[in-house]
Amino acid sequence: MIPSVQGNAPDLLRVEGLVRHYRGDAGIFSRHRHVVPAVDDVSFTIGRGETLGLVGESGSGKSTVGRLIMRLDDADAGRIVFDGRDITDLRGQGLIDLRRRLQVVFQDPYASLNPRRRVGDIVGAGLRAHGVETSQSGLRDRVAGLFRRVGLDPGQLDRYPHEFSGGQRQRIGIARALSLEPELIVADEPITALDVSIQAQIINLLLDLQDETGLSYLFIAHDLGMVRHISHRVAVMRRGRIVEYGPVGAVFDDARHPYTRALISAIPIPDPDREASRRQIAGDDGEVASDAKLREVGRGHWVLA
Amino acid sequence: MTTPLLDVSDLTVRFSQDRGKVYAVNGVSYSLARGETLAVVGESGSGKSAHVLAMPGLLGTGRYTGAGAAVEVGGSAVFAGKELIGMPEAELRRLRGSRIGFVFQDPMSSLNPVLTVGEQIAEAITSHGVSPRTAEARALDLLDIVGIPEPRRRARHFPHQFSGGMRQRAMIAIGIACEPALLIADEPTTALDVLVQAQIIDLMKDLRRQLGMAMIWITHDMGVVASIADTVQVMYGGRIMERGPVRAVFHDTRSAYTWGLLNSLPDAEMHAPSLAGRRPRLRQIPGQPPDMTQVPVGDPFAPRNRFATHRCLSETPPLQQVADGAPGHLVAAWYDLPQVLRAVAHRDASPQALTEMGT
Repeated sequence: MIPSVQGNAPDLLRVEGLVRHYRGDAGIFSRHRHVVPAVDDVSFTIGRGETLGLVGESGSGKSTVGRLIMRLDDADAGRIVFDGRDITDLRGQGLIDLRRRLQVVFQDPYASLNPRRRVGDIVGAGLRAHGVETSQSGLRDRVAGLFRRVGLDPGQLDRYPHEFSGGQRQRIGIARALSLEPELIVADEPITALDVSIQAQIINLLLDLQDETGLSYLFIAHDLGMVRHISHRVAVMRRGRIVEYGPVGAVFDDARHPYTRALISAIPIPDPDREASRRQIAGDDGEVASDAKLREVGRGHWVLA
Repeated sequence: MTTPLLDVSDLTVRFSQDRGKVYAVNGVSYSLARGETLAVVGESGSGKSAHVLAMPGLLGTGRYTGAGAAVEVGGSAVFAGKELIGMPEAELRRLRGSRIGFVFQDPMSSLNPVLTVGEQIAEAITSHGVSPRTAEARALDLLDIVGIPEPRRRARHFPHQFSGGMRQRAMIAIGIACEPALLIADEPTTALDVLVQAQIIDLMKDLRRQLGMAMIWITHDMGVVASIADTVQVMYGGRIMERGPVRAVFHDTRSAYTWGLLNSLPDAEMHAPSLAGRRPRLRQIPGQPPDMTQVPVGDPFAPRNRFATHRCLSETPPLQQVADGAPGHLVAAWYDLPQVLRAVAHRDASPQALTEMGT
C-alpha cells in the first residue's frame, strides 16, 4: 500500500517499499554480525513543483534515502520511479542522462567544492560534460547567468572557493545543481552548516527558484522549523521507517504518531514566555512492530500503526 | 551589591596567522553574578567562543585556532578576585576543572578514547588532590547525578560504547566533578538531536539549581537561549551588540542585529503552504558576515543594516544602558530601533516591506 499523492498531476518521483540494509559489526573480532536496516519499507511521492521535507534524527535513514534516490547507493529492495520510468537499476548512459534531471545540493559547502578549481569552472562542469554548451564564450555567459540567478556576482567567476563565505559557497553549490535545469533537487541538510543569519537567505533562494522554474525538492533536514517553512508535505523518519507522512499543516498541527509529537514538543521556542510554558511530550520507547503499516488518518495524512 | 564572580573589562583577542591578523574580540566588558546563567549568542567569527575561552587560557591550546597561530589576549578578566589574563599556566590549570568547569560541543574529541569513562571522571577529581578511592566513589555518584543508568557498570565502559547523549552526560560529569563556581558550556547541545538536546538542557538546569553554579552557555540557537538564560549577550564582529535580561532582549529588542536574527526565524504559527500561490519568504538579513582580518571601524553590523547612519559606518557605538529600558539592558547602537521600526511601519504599512531588511 503506497500513500498516494494529493493532486491529479502525475508524480515526478515515486518511491515504493525502499529497503537498504547495512551489515553492522561491533568490531573486527566480533562474532556477532547483525544486519542494520538503514531504510526499511519507505514509500513516498513528490509531485512537480512540490517540496517534500524529510525529517528525522541522526541515524534515522533520511540521508540514505537521498543517496538511494540519487543512485549513489543501491537499494536492496523496492522501486524508484522518476517521471514514470523505473530508475532503480539504471546503469551507464541511462544514469548519466538521469543526472541532468536529478541533482543534489550537499550539506557542507566547504567539502563539496573542489578547492583547486575556479568557481566558474565548478558551476559550468556539468554543462560541458553533458555537451549542453560547447563554446567557451557561450559557457561563460551561461555560468554568469547562473551566478546572477543565485545572487552571486558574475565578476567573481574566476575566483577560488576559499575566497567565498559559507553562504556564498552554498550558492555556488546551488548554481552547480541548477546548471542542467533539473526537475528534482535532493537538498541534503543544505543549511545546517550555515550561520543563522545566512540560513534564511538560502531558504528564500530555494523558494524563489522553485517559483521561477517549478522544480521539486526533496529537502532533508533535522531543523523542523525550516522544514515546516519550506515544505508542502513532510515525512518523519525514525529507525529507517517513515512513522508519519502528510501535508505540513496536518503533520505539525495534528501530529498523530507519539514520536512526531515528542519531536515537535522538544524544540525550544525562541521566546522566553512561550518557552516557559512549553509542555514537552515524552516520546515512545522507539520499538516499531514489524507488522506496523502506514494507515491513512486524514486526507493524505498517514501514520505508522 | 556583592562583588561579581567574573568581571571582564575591555577584553581583546587577536590571532596572528600567515594570512595576517584576525581581530577576533574587540573590547568586551561585562560582569557575571554568582549563580547567574549567561547565554552568549552569535555566529561563527562573532567572538562568542573566542572571548570566553581566552579567559581561562584555552585559546593557545590549538583547539580553536589552527596550529601555529599566535594568540594575543588583552584587557582584564577578574574571576573570584583573581586576574586571569596573564596568570601563569600552572595556576590557570589548577583553576580549570576545579573552580571553572567545561562542557564542549563534541564530547568524542574531548574524552580520551583509551580510558574508561569512570577513570576519566576520577582523574578529574584526583588531579585536584583527592584520594583515588574517594575519587572512584565520587565518580559513581556523578554518573548517577548526570542520569547515566547503572553507574557501576557504565563506569567501566569506554567513550565509544556510549551514545552521543550519554557521552555528553559523561562530559558534564567531568565538568561538574569539582563543583565549580562557573561552568563554561560551548555549544553543548549543537551536535545532538533535538530530543537528546531537550534532556541535556533539563539536566543542566537541574545541576545549576543543585550546585548553585554560574553558567556561560555559548550558542547560536535563540530557542536554547530562551530556554536557559537569565541574561543574554548578543555578539557580532567581536563586540557585544546587545545585552540584558532575556525577556528585555527578546521583547524589547534594541539592536538591529538581534532584531534581524529573531525575525529571520520561521514562524511556527505560519499557515501551511499550498502548491498554488506564493509562499511567504523569511525576513533575511542581507550580506555576508564581516571580514575579521580588517581593522574594525564603526558598528560592525552597519554594512548589513538598512537602518545604519553615516555615523554607524565610521564611529563605534559604546555599549550603554537603554534609556527607557529594563535595568541592565544595554545596547551598542547610534540609532533608536523602536523609533526606526515605527517610522518604517508607518511609511509602508505592509509587513512585506520588512522582508528584506536591506536596501
